[in-house]
Amino acid sequence: MSGRATMVCLVLVLGGAAVMAALNLATPAASALHVPAYAVSLAGKYLCYAMLAVAVDLVWGFAGILSLGHAAFFALGGYAMGMYLMRQIGTRGVYGNAVLPDFMVFLNWKSLPWYWYGFDHPAFAVAMVLLVPGVLALVFGWLAFRSRVGGVYLSIITQALTYALLLAFFRNDMGFGGNNGLTDFKDMFSIPLHLDSTRDGLLLATAVLLAAELLVARHVVTSRFGKVLIAVRDSESRTRFLGYRPESYKLFVFVLSAVMAGVGGALYVPQVGIINPGEFAPANSIEAVIWVAVGGRGTLVGAVLGAVLVNLGKTFFTATLPDLWLFALGALFILVTLLLPGGLLGLGRRRPRAAPVTQAPEPAE
Amino acid sequence: MTTRDTLLYLDGVTVTFDGFRALNALSLVLEQGEMRAVIGPNGAGKTTMMDVITGRTRPDTGRVVFGRDTDLTRLDEPAIAALGIGRKFQKPTVFEPHTVWDNLLLALAGDRRPRFTLWARQSAEERTRIEAILATIRLADHARRRAGDLSHGQKQWLEIGMLLAQEPQLLLVDEPVAGMTDAETEQTAELLREINRSRSVVVVEHDMAFVRALGVRVTVLHEGAVLSEGSIDHVSADPRVVEVYLGR
Ligand SMILES: Nc1ncnc2c1ncn2[C@@H]1O[C@H](COP(=O)(O)OP(=O)(O)O)[C@@H](O)[C@H]1O
Ligand SMILES: [Mg+2]
Repeated sequence: MSGRATMVCLVLVLGGAAVMAALNLATPAASALHVPAYAVSLAGKYLCYAMLAVAVDLVWGFAGILSLGHAAFFALGGYAMGMYLMRQIGTRGVYGNAVLPDFMVFLNWKSLPWYWYGFDHPAFAVAMVLLVPGVLALVFGWLAFRSRVGGVYLSIITQALTYALLLAFFRNDMGFGGNNGLTDFKDMFSIPLHLDSTRDGLLLATAVLLAAELLVARHVVTSRFGKVLIAVRDSESRTRFLGYRPESYKLFVFVLSAVMAGVGGALYVPQVGIINPGEFAPANSIEAVIWVAVGGRGTLVGAVLGAVLVNLGKTFFTATLPDLWLFALGALFILVTLLLPGGLLGLGRRRPRAAPVTQAPEPAE
Repeated sequence: MTTRDTLLYLDGVTVTFDGFRALNALSLVLEQGEMRAVIGPNGAGKTTMMDVITGRTRPDTGRVVFGRDTDLTRLDEPAIAALGIGRKFQKPTVFEPHTVWDNLLLALAGDRRPRFTLWARQSAEERTRIEAILATIRLADHARRRAGDLSHGQKQWLEIGMLLAQEPQLLLVDEPVAGMTDAETEQTAELLREINRSRSVVVVEHDMAFVRALGVRVTVLHEGAVLSEGSIDHVSADPRVVEVYLGR
């Protein structure tokens, strides 16, 4: 988590996104340099996953909170954005209803449920992208950390949380499009989503927000707060006897991390064009943890690297050998855990020099 | 001797674990500025007594009064630490990934809330205090080393340094010289006497030579209660103490 690694990562993310967007816009489709629109959206999707990975690393790598439900915050941010995009469709839906999304008309609903109010305003929707994951994390974290739930128990409860949300969002009468989720989006902020330039803009926006997320996370972990957090991770009870309240520290990063994951999800939805309950699948959260482990836990930059590399692999495998992907992912996780406990970034980093000291120092006088 | 105020008063404290009495109506009085050695065979309840004072374990019955009228049994660990009670554990627990310097920085008395630590900058005053503590605990040359790379004895001292950084009124020190060399043990006794000039101390220890070197009042615990109390010579001569402890 050195300053240099962070700089390199920021340059690669921002520069890479800018180059892809420029090549997509400025070169003709026949050119060898042309970057097709699907590749732009794919890159944007990877960067959204990277945002989720950084959020996971912040809680797991620095606070020792192994959240196996972080994809839920990502999905909630995604749904908040999806609801806004649904309202943007207006009369262009199949049923041409100006207010009700198609699936509500199909279900014979007569009016918009109260919790859809306001989502036609972009500012309201953006506020919800931040608030919904944040408030859920606040309530969940407050209950869990205050009663000193940690370790495996916390991991299990986070899995239960995302699973419960999965089941809830599958239900048609929840009013979030059930099984099919939200899709058929047309515009975002009144700009047509199908345009190449919109996709380029979304990729750039994702790169900028990922960079911002990295900088915020880095400030948190390198501050005195971050030193306390690492102390809590390694010996929580000791920090209590020093007068710190570990639960406040954990709650702060947990909420911050959930909000970050939510922003990632909100950027994800317009780029992939759909959000459905599958995003709450417990396996998604576990995958995010694997990205972080592969890149290097507790490094932030490694989370970005792991998310991008593993998802490149996933894209490749699911296109060529779809049945093998889960085995490949599982094998990767086992290999990294056994052979590369520091992840890919741990490969490049020298171990801190540890001169073996067995003798006491000379007395001062 | 002048009459001094009571700093800590354990009044009939009982702690049971699954029916087993780890502390049995234990009463103990510590005066302001006093250093007290607590000895007793393994399982006598010494660590449990510290757990009760620092809020880790809540007693079934009894009171623990700190200062004039603060009942510690109603407070949790951070609140008790904030009152000025610091604790050194039996097994040295320093923050291994952090440098010696950062370990002391985290221990320094000051605002512990996230909203402060998130933006805190190291002040010149903090730097001076850390340097002074480093000199006291004889680790000035190791300030930038990872705490995890220190020797066992150095970790014990770093932990004592962290206690000092908290500026507590009362230090609870659990078996500080276990695993130390003779030279380190001697230096530790000196260090504790130095600390005792400005603070009250309770030391739990097995090492009789060390307790003798401290030269302070001794409390002997046995089966969760006080068996004997007085100078080291007095308790060494007490036949009950000889029977359960010294004469093993
Ligand atoms: N958390 C606990 N649960 C059950 N028994 C405990 C617990 N803590 C201490 N004990 C028991 O209480 C007794 C006193 O322990 P302790 O205070 O650690 O003794 P000492 O520090 O004097 O060696 C021991 O018999 C120990 O096994
Ligand atoms: Mg003990």
